[in-house]
Amino acid sequence: MDDLMTTYLRPLFWMLLGIGGILAVVLGGTAYLTYAERKVLGAIQLRKGPNVVGPFGLLQPMADGLKVMFKETIIPTQANVFLFIAAPVMTFLLALSAWAVIPFDAGLVLANINVGVLYVLAISSLGVYAIIIAGWASNSKYALLGGLRSAAQMVSYEVSIGLIIVTVLLQAGSLNLSEIVEAQKDGWYIFSLLLPMAVLFFASALAETNRSPFDLPEGESELVGGFNTEYSAMIFALFFLGEYANMILMSAMTTILFLGGWLPPWTALGFVPGFVWFALKIALCLFVFLWVRGTLPRYRYDQLMRIGWKFFLPLSLLWVVVVATVKMLAGGA
Amino acid sequence: MIIGALFYLFALVLIASAVAVVSVRQPVNAVLFLILCFFNAAGLFVLLGAEFLAFILLIVYGGAVAVLFLFVVMMLDVKGDVPRLPLKRFLPLSLGVGAVLLVQVVIMAAFWPEAHAVTSVAADSENTKALGRVLYTDFIYPFQVSGLVLLTAMIGAIVLTQREPRGTKRQNVQAQLDRRAEDVVTLRHVESGKGAL
Repeated sequence: MDDLMTTYLRPLFWMLLGIGGILAVVLGGTAYLTYAERKVLGAIQLRKGPNVVGPFGLLQPMADGLKVMFKETIIPTQANVFLFIAAPVMTFLLALSAWAVIPFDAGLVLANINVGVLYVLAISSLGVYAIIIAGWASNSKYALLGGLRSAAQMVSYEVSIGLIIVTVLLQAGSLNLSEIVEAQKDGWYIFSLLLPMAVLFFASALAETNRSPFDLPEGESELVGGFNTEYSAMIFALFFLGEYANMILMSAMTTILFLGGWLPPWTALGFVPGFVWFALKIALCLFVFLWVRGTLPRYRYDQLMRIGWKFFLPLSLLWVVVVATVKMLAGGA
Repeated sequence: MIIGALFYLFALVLIASAVAVVSVRQPVNAVLFLILCFFNAAGLFVLLGAEFLAFILLIVYGGAVAVLFLFVVMMLDVKGDVPRLPLKRFLPLSLGVGAVLLVQVVIMAAFWPEAHAVTSVAADSENTKALGRVLYTDFIYPFQVSGLVLLTAMIGAIVLTQREPRGTKRQNVQAQLDRRAEDVVTLRHVESGKGAL
């Protein structure tokens, strides 16, 4: 009985506490990312953004949350009800579960597994299902077309994301996210040979999270609302929050792979705790997400596919060879 | 104890969903059960300590192959009642295939202690490294050859199915980018009341 207590129950308790902590931080971040987006877009377009609910409109996310909860959930006739509801739940679940392997600081990670990078890649590649199932289960033409479009887009950009990650892995020599960050002690990867890959990774992240300028899945002008046309109220909110949680996740991945994770920019600033640097770097990436949205027009679908398959993919493949060659010549093999 | 319970959980769900793949009527549901199969197989790999294989299974089969299945199946406009195939016609064939597989499992079980000894050697070190070392040293030729076979198959499939439909208008992106405003637009000052020309 004592054995059960020490080997299972106590770790389980700490793990649940850790999960609770991460959920609180990520959900809080997600809620305020929606606020930040409206404020930043407001500033870019010379508007004020939300400024009525609470000081500086800070309570706006709460008000939106309440509103969405009290709205009526409409399920289309002839929709596949189980899958229709399961799809947004799955988006949200996947967006949150990837956080299990993200290191917030040295040693501050829920599950420090050896193949952390693969875990994140697997989770993000499963996100396609939620969208394609949502499109199909809605029993609506717009939703189906939006879902197919979105799935094609995500699958295409996953390929180049995979290859870009391979270049980082070659450089770091590990698939463990904490070790990848530690490997950047002598210089972040963005300031090295991997700079073009950092740019490509970020652009692919935009496509992977269906964000502008690659937000074709919800191209209003041709597809009404894309795969989530038929969704309303809370189940729509799950898609919406899932998208924002994915943005934060992709920013965290960019930070870990290229911006040195929790490492301070100068060692003189080492007294600031690591998770603060991590949060600041994520915030920087997120700002770029919003900035891009406020600046660039949407790509056409054929342009999107062309840039993914004919530019990103060959370039990242070439870079795998380049990085491997440099590493070999430097005697690192 | 908990590991054992997890094994039976994954194994039972795996078998149940595999049965569902071949028995549900709605093709989309069948593909979704197939994905559930992949998940549980990945769980079994993790229990064996082969986490690399587990996640590769999820990424390749779960993230890419099954998505394509789903793509195709969604395009079939089937609503519920698929005509049942005559069971009698396919029964001998399926029993034959099943018997072959059963024999293979029995043979495998006979050599289990030896096979198991091999896997536990690999599991000592980090299994990504172990796998990489084995694939790129001892099995480098089979590995590269299988890669080339897959590449050939892919190119073959594209060549066989690609047909250039007549009358398609293709855009030449470079030509579009090379177009300059001064080549195609002229600005003229027109005095009011006189009209252009």
